Amino acid sequence: MDLVPTPSQTAGPYFHLGLTETRSVKCIADPQTKGERIWLTCRVIDGHGAPVNDAMIEIWQADAEGKYNHPDDAQDKAGETTVDPAWFGFGRMPTAEDGSCEFETIKPGRVPGSGKVLQAPHLNVAIFARGVLKQLYTRAYFGGDPANSEDPVIALVPPPRRQTLIAQPDALRPGHWSFDIHFQGEQETVFFDV
Amino acid sequence: MGGLTNERSIAQYHRMPPGSQPPSLYEPYRSTVRRSPTKPLIVLPHTLSEITGPLYGHEKIGETDNDLTRQHAGEPVGERIVVTGRVLDDNGRPVPNALIEVWQANATGRYRHHSDQHPAPLDLNFTGAGRTLTDENGSYRFVTIKPGAYPWFNHYNAWRPAHIHFSVFGRAFLTRLVTQMYFPGDPLFAFDPVFQSIPDEKARQRLISVFDLETTQPQWALGFRFDIVLRGRDATPFEA
Repeated sequence: MDLVPTPSQTAGPYFHLGLTETRSVKCIADPQTKGERIWLTCRVIDGHGAPVNDAMIEIWQADAEGKYNHPDDAQDKAGETTVDPAWFGFGRMPTAEDGSCEFETIKPGRVPGSGKVLQAPHLNVAIFARGVLKQLYTRAYFGGDPANSEDPVIALVPPPRRQTLIAQPDALRPGHWSFDIHFQGEQETVFFDV
Repeated sequence: MGGLTNERSIAQYHRMPPGSQPPSLYEPYRSTVRRSPTKPLIVLPHTLSEITGPLYGHEKIGETDNDLTRQHAGEPVGERIVVTGRVLDDNGRPVPNALIEVWQANATGRYRHHSDQHPAPLDLNFTGAGRTLTDENGSYRFVTIKPGAYPWFNHYNAWRPAHIHFSVFGRAFLTRLVTQMYFPGDPLFAFDPVFQSIPDEKARQRLISVFDLETTQPQWALGFRFDIVLRGRDATPFEA
């Protein structure tokens, strides 16, 4: 390493102007995208339990086969080295007054992790906001997926905090999931130093 | 670390040097108090999930996307400037096809945003948003007007130094950078907790663009250089 990375600064309260007014991405999956269609509602909550209505959430995820649309992912899936052609894998949305935003996507497949173990299906999540000097990273896993019990990243987390990484299915609306992000408090979300 | 089911290994990205990045909690910046994690972050070894990310090489950039002075019928009021620089990784290698998005206040210090209601005029000829891609040398260029300082409510008589917000997508989701570029000699630096939140003085100075006579256009615009460094990775994969 010869150079020092540029410091991060908060996205501030006016990021909509440059990032989401015309450039938000709610639908990560096209109608042609293969996979199990899901709707994920993310909600951001501050240390006083108040909804954060000026945050931005970005999502990066693999396709239904567990492959990222990226040249550094050289996995050969089902004899194909290319990702689903109807797949990019990126979403970003600003939160609304109630601190929430919704994404339409597909449940990703399992991607390799450390130590030759497959990771459980997950979305990579980054949170930007006024008062957040450097984006926070977390992951959204899927409640009830048996693969969660062998996921090498969940295994790094103390057991009482693991549930903060698990999106919950909506019992009344099949395919709908919710994922709450708490900056602080008893349910403080696990954030990662990537 | 780094071993994969298909026997490939992953070259790990460098971790940030201590002091080069702001902490989550910086009390003088009051909004951090309720919005910063209280528990330590959990260190992740880098897997495909971290080292991949959206790539924008095929993105279509409109003709006026990187010229914020030509997005309306007339020219915006203010000091016309050229902002240019390179995006490099921390090994000094250029990052081509990096998507850079910018947003800023107008010359009076007012954002075209419903939440900014402070009594300074909007400019019908200025939106204050732009984007571009770096070329094969990692270079980018914007034409815009110099934003004004503006007041906020963080503390008594609080004013933000003039700045342009930068959002950068490099090669990986972990190289994602959102930052702010400042202008040399701003008297507000000493009073600004966002700028002062970066512990290392040298790292902080890297957010201040440099006036550049070579970039300056005669009879037309002042030039400023702002280079951006994203995290880079080890040359060789870490074997499992």
